[in-house]
Amino acid sequence: MVEITVDGKKITVPHGINLIEAARLAGGFIPHYCYHSKLSVAGNCRMCLVEIEKVPKLQVACNTTVRDGMVFYTNNDRVKRAREQVLEFILVNHPLDCPVCDQAGECKLQEFYMQYDLRESRFRESKSHKPKVVDLGPRVVLDMERCILCTRCVRFCREIAKSDELCVSERGSRNKLTTYPGKALENAYSTNVVDICPVGALTSKDFRFKRRVWFLKKEKSICPGCARGCNIEIHHHDNKIFRLVPRTNEEVNQCWMCDEGRDTYKPVLAQNRLRSPMGFEAGQRTQFSSTEIMPRIQNALSGIAGIDGKSIVGIGSAQATNEDNYALKKFLEITFKSKNLLYHKNESDHPTHDNFLICADKNPNTNGIEALDFVKINTNKKFQAFFILGNLPEEAIKKIALEKKRVVIMLATHDDEDSKWPDFVIPTTTFAESTGTFMNIQRRVQKISPALISPGESRSAWEFFSDLSTYFGKENPIYHSAEAVFQDIVEEHLCYQGLTYKSLGETGKVCP
Amino acid sequence: METILTPNFNLPDSHTLPVYEKTGGYKTLHKLLKMRPDEVIEEVKKSGLRGRGGAGFGTGLKWSFVPKDPPGPRYLCVNADEGEPGTFKDRALLEKDPHRLIEGSVMCAYAIGAAVGYIYIRGEFDLPYRRIEAALQEAYQKGYLGKNILGSPFSFDLYTHQGAGAYICGEETALLNSIEGKRGEPRIKPPFPAISGLFGAPTVINNVETLSALPYIIEKGAEAYASIGTPKSTGTKLFSVSGPVKKPGVYEVPLGYPLRKFLDEYAGGLMEGKILKAVIPGGSSVPVLTAQEVEEVNLDYESLQEHGSMLGSGGMIVIPDDFCMVHALEILAHFYSHESCGQCSPCREGTAWIYKILKRLEKGQGTPEDLDLLIDISNGMAGQTICVLSDALAMPVKSFLAKFKNEFEEHISLGYCPHRASFRTSGAPTYLSSDQLLWSPRFQSL
Repeated sequence: MVEITVDGKKITVPHGINLIEAARLAGGFIPHYCYHSKLSVAGNCRMCLVEIEKVPKLQVACNTTVRDGMVFYTNNDRVKRAREQVLEFILVNHPLDCPVCDQAGECKLQEFYMQYDLRESRFRESKSHKPKVVDLGPRVVLDMERCILCTRCVRFCREIAKSDELCVSERGSRNKLTTYPGKALENAYSTNVVDICPVGALTSKDFRFKRRVWFLKKEKSICPGCARGCNIEIHHHDNKIFRLVPRTNEEVNQCWMCDEGRDTYKPVLAQNRLRSPMGFEAGQRTQFSSTEIMPRIQNALSGIAGIDGKSIVGIGSAQATNEDNYALKKFLEITFKSKNLLYHKNESDHPTHDNFLICADKNPNTNGIEALDFVKINTNKKFQAFFILGNLPEEAIKKIALEKKRVVIMLATHDDEDSKWPDFVIPTTTFAESTGTFMNIQRRVQKISPALISPGESRSAWEFFSDLSTYFGKENPIYHSAEAVFQDIVEEHLCYQGLTYKSLGETGKVCP
Repeated sequence: METILTPNFNLPDSHTLPVYEKTGGYKTLHKLLKMRPDEVIEEVKKSGLRGRGGAGFGTGLKWSFVPKDPPGPRYLCVNADEGEPGTFKDRALLEKDPHRLIEGSVMCAYAIGAAVGYIYIRGEFDLPYRRIEAALQEAYQKGYLGKNILGSPFSFDLYTHQGAGAYICGEETALLNSIEGKRGEPRIKPPFPAISGLFGAPTVINNVETLSALPYIIEKGAEAYASIGTPKSTGTKLFSVSGPVKKPGVYEVPLGYPLRKFLDEYAGGLMEGKILKAVIPGGSSVPVLTAQEVEEVNLDYESLQEHGSMLGSGGMIVIPDDFCMVHALEILAHFYSHESCGQCSPCREGTAWIYKILKRLEKGQGTPEDLDLLIDISNGMAGQTICVLSDALAMPVKSFLAKFKNEFEEHISLGYCPHRASFRTSGAPTYLSSDQLLWSPRFQSL
């Protein structure tokens, strides 16, 4: 630890950190564009100049390491003037097209100009023109006139994605960002360059022009795309999701997420979301209300001769939350004394994976469902009644669907081929409409929160099972919140000991 | 006067090994290899030799920053990327006496413990490149380079690396990037090259002229070298003189030599009919001197600094009084905006902005506010970037405006450039593009 003085405030900070981080620890902020804590130091924007005592020239805070007894100023007149000058330089050739720029509202150029400059430009020459709407790759578009050449994106591709597709070409004020000849920005993490771009130079093809950012509401959640469980924010408005962006969790995803994960919101918004329960009436697939379907399920189950705990099975899902799976388990246990708990997961023959964030297991909760004592599905055993969370793998469907004399109750999110065959289909929620927890590949329990109101009569599985319990008159627990379900999980399963929604916090807790 | 760098310049075939050997070349290597490396560093420190690339940093001191026993290799890089407008003294050394540079390089490598060195040579230098390549071959054949030099345990390999046309690659860390095959951009410091330079290893980068002084220092001793020049500016320095003087060229003089005397005695004075207006004494980036200051100043680090300028690289540009100072500055601004690597915002935007303003001013379309703005832009650039390229334009801008403001004001009040004959005679301005101006006969007569 070293003792330093930031703007007159004495503070002890860890050895070896730079002045931007030190100022942050002192409760201050040094504005910067090119510096990013996860990337190498470039020192090119010159926005973070500070005055250090006994050093004649102003120094960039990003490339200066704290020394014991160091005294520096982040906000005196000399520093303020230098910042104004740097901002004026950066804005000299900037197109100032904020009204049509997607970054407006979350643009560091706007923010720092308002906070540190607010002076009229003295530039009377004609602005230089550079390429616009440059297609860098499948997901990212470049507006070179807006680019301030901070090279964050270049360093990201080189150092984090390790794909090295971007570079700066030309020289001086003709400098431009480009891909290397013959290359495209198509690494599995490419959209992160949009997130770290401090200005509107790099925009996401998926998000651009869809919604002004100041309308967006933000919900902290977890990406359901794979077992990594990257921490994300769901940006939504008008009950629609517009983008998923990574949220910092040093232990899981640092501050990144993959492109595949960013697409996981798309099914949530699909046209064919199930809105009401479906059943069969005189051989015809028919829509019912929730209150109509419940007694029908009850009748169907009691109509099976000799039904008992052995002939009934619950098939959980590694895609569903712990809370939903646990409610299924509890329902079968108490109502039917059944211990037949299987689970299914999304599997493909050649899943994408790497040694950074992307896991081959494309399910967010495989560890979670196994901790709840579900075992991997095995269709050799015969059952008469099935409670199924989510869409089953195809071969399992074929087997179960072919069985005569069986009752299948499936909780599904979409009205597609896979949800046409069960006797009863109950509309349920996606990750974006649920409260609950996933256990990721590190056995970290992380919480998701609903960003949207789920469509029609769809609801969480735990709500459905609580509701259904009342029709069977047993002493089933009636849950009124996911948190209550979680409390029961904690009580019953040793590995969850001591956890509460509150103690999970924003970044979750690892189970032994 | 005893010459240290140029004694062989007038000998026929001075670039060949036999001529260099005949004048005592490479003999001092025997003496060198009997010294301890730290003794060599000490000797160079005592000589007072300062870097001749422009910054004037103590050479021995620079070497002493290299760690004594680092785990990996150490490197020597020879900066032969001479690109500062007005400077052509290294080119003369490379063409006329390449073996002196090679011998000096061996001495430096021995002192810092480098087994490999690179001569980073400006891409446009064709003859110098061929001469140094031939000299390297000769030196290898005679055992002055390569394994076990002169039978000693010391081995040193020296390679050439041609630049590709960027002025910025003469900045020592951009030079390192360029050798590594990276984009020629200066690196942010720290770390300094002496700690982490070429390929991350401790590296010394020395100018051609600096290294060429070493054979003399090792042969005759630090005292002999330090006795030349002034107490703080020891030894001799090459000056390359261009402009309307009778004998433009490269001359070696002891530091401390009066500038006016130098112009008259060495450069032969101004051409007939030309009147001296200004001198840029040390390469285009240093502040300009007025004719009055030329009378007072001596050619050494201290005297030039006292007069608000710098010794720099010794590239001396003589400007006669019929040459437009606004135009001269416009040419400089074009050069620096073209050569800025563009990574730091103040330099990338500032140099181009200044050039745009000056282009307008030179056409007579300026306003009085432009002059204040030029100063303000320069202040925002100077000292606020990774390397000193932005200072290299800021300094001339400020000095031109301080010393020749009347010419700028004249352009503004007249609404045209009073030096443009075409305008005065025809009344219709015919403007050339700056590229054309750069190569126009008028510039060459400068």
